[in-house]
Amino acid sequence: MTMQIMEGSIAVAETVRLCRPQVISAYPITPQTHIVEGLASIVADGRLDAEYICVESEFSALSACIGASAAGSRVYSATTSQGLALMAEVVFNSAGMRLPIVMGIANRAISAPLSIWNDQQDSIMMRDSGWLQFYAEDNQEAVDLHILAYKICEDHNILLPAFVCFDGFILSHVYEPVDIPDQEAVDAFLGPFNPYQKLDCNDPISFGMYATPEYYLEFRYEHDQAVKRAAEAFKKYGKEFGEKFGRDYSELVTQYKIEDAETIIIAMGSICGTIKDAIDEMREAGKKVGLLGIRCFRPFPSEDLRALLGNAKRVAVLDKNVSLGAKGAVALEVKDACYGMDLPIYDYILGLGGRDVRKSDIKNIVALCEEGKGDMFYGLREEVL
Amino acid sequence: MPLGIGCTARPGQSRNNKTGSWRVYYPILDTEKCTKCGTCQLICPEGCITQNEDKTYAIDLDFCKGCGMCAEECPDKAKAISMHLEEK
Repeated sequence: MTMQIMEGSIAVAETVRLCRPQVISAYPITPQTHIVEGLASIVADGRLDAEYICVESEFSALSACIGASAAGSRVYSATTSQGLALMAEVVFNSAGMRLPIVMGIANRAISAPLSIWNDQQDSIMMRDSGWLQFYAEDNQEAVDLHILAYKICEDHNILLPAFVCFDGFILSHVYEPVDIPDQEAVDAFLGPFNPYQKLDCNDPISFGMYATPEYYLEFRYEHDQAVKRAAEAFKKYGKEFGEKFGRDYSELVTQYKIEDAETIIIAMGSICGTIKDAIDEMREAGKKVGLLGIRCFRPFPSEDLRALLGNAKRVAVLDKNVSLGAKGAVALEVKDACYGMDLPIYDYILGLGGRDVRKSDIKNIVALCEEGKGDMFYGLREEVL
Repeated sequence: MPLGIGCTARPGQSRNNKTGSWRVYYPILDTEKCTKCGTCQLICPEGCITQNEDKTYAIDLDFCKGCGMCAEECPDKAKAISMHLEEK
């Protein structure tokens, strides 16, 4: 293992190179730009034998990926925020066509108001698209989840596209040590892309055809079943990844000091790092606090959470997104997973549009949770309301 | 028919979807009035009007959705196509 200090986006670009996509199509947008710049350079320098298709929009980028994937290529794209919003129609189409496309999402807030800064509203917006959604806590996870995503998506029992989500700027632009695996090891893990079916002039086939009311419901059921099957595939290939690369991904939910925890925090993405530090300090002060990090949001690990929350007294869900008029997306899922359990679950919407979340905020939230106060926007500046 | 993953289909499958069932009005072509100008065949959005060997035209009611464009566009001097309510 060779640790290198590098920017998150460049680490992702170098990892995508190791996965040997044959076609890359993406449109630059902050904070994802360095990934596509990195990949464009890698292809131009001959370090990856791939077609890099320049397009005029994100809609076209993912459309090009659909064509290339249907034609039997391993493909990659990356986007964020408004770019993902512009892709919306193609996001749903690619999932319904069951094409194993992997797309990096450098998570960013959604307009309006315009914000280039981090939250997770963009990928959460595509919650119901039928794409798998994985969230990285740090740059190493962003690297590893890209490799794992191809393995899961291309399984003929799954055949789905996946987002690999990592927080914009907080991870995408941060330099930290990462282990970029060896080409031979990645080749051995992934193997060449083996399409389940593909466009072929000599054996014609059409993707994403018209389904009458007699068939549509069944197509959606089959799609839902495939997303749910991806949970077991994640665990299986995550374990295999751990055996090959030394970092285990056999769980959809990461655990930190939950064995005796009275208050359990549930969160997703880079904020988990801050929470772990805050937990260490709270434990020194005698508070029994633990963390469950949602590494795989789609499929949602409902049963895993239910089992892991069995001994908790209260739960604080930290959402960097909000389903306006309801609650944060993670909290809604956790409440659904724990329905019928005698367990108070409080939601805290925080960190939207790049608002910093500090260790002191985590401690404040744990205190609020202990008082039974929650289901709120945390950290509002009352003076500007 | 089992579902193809990704809603895939082999060529010619669209002929299995008999979209004529969507129709409210159906066309009747009066071959006596028809001048065989071919306008109806050109403008039919479903491509379900074909010319027979004897140069007359036929409407395939398995696929005609009853839009009525053929009746509307049939030239005034002929007005050979009329639309009629489907009795279901």
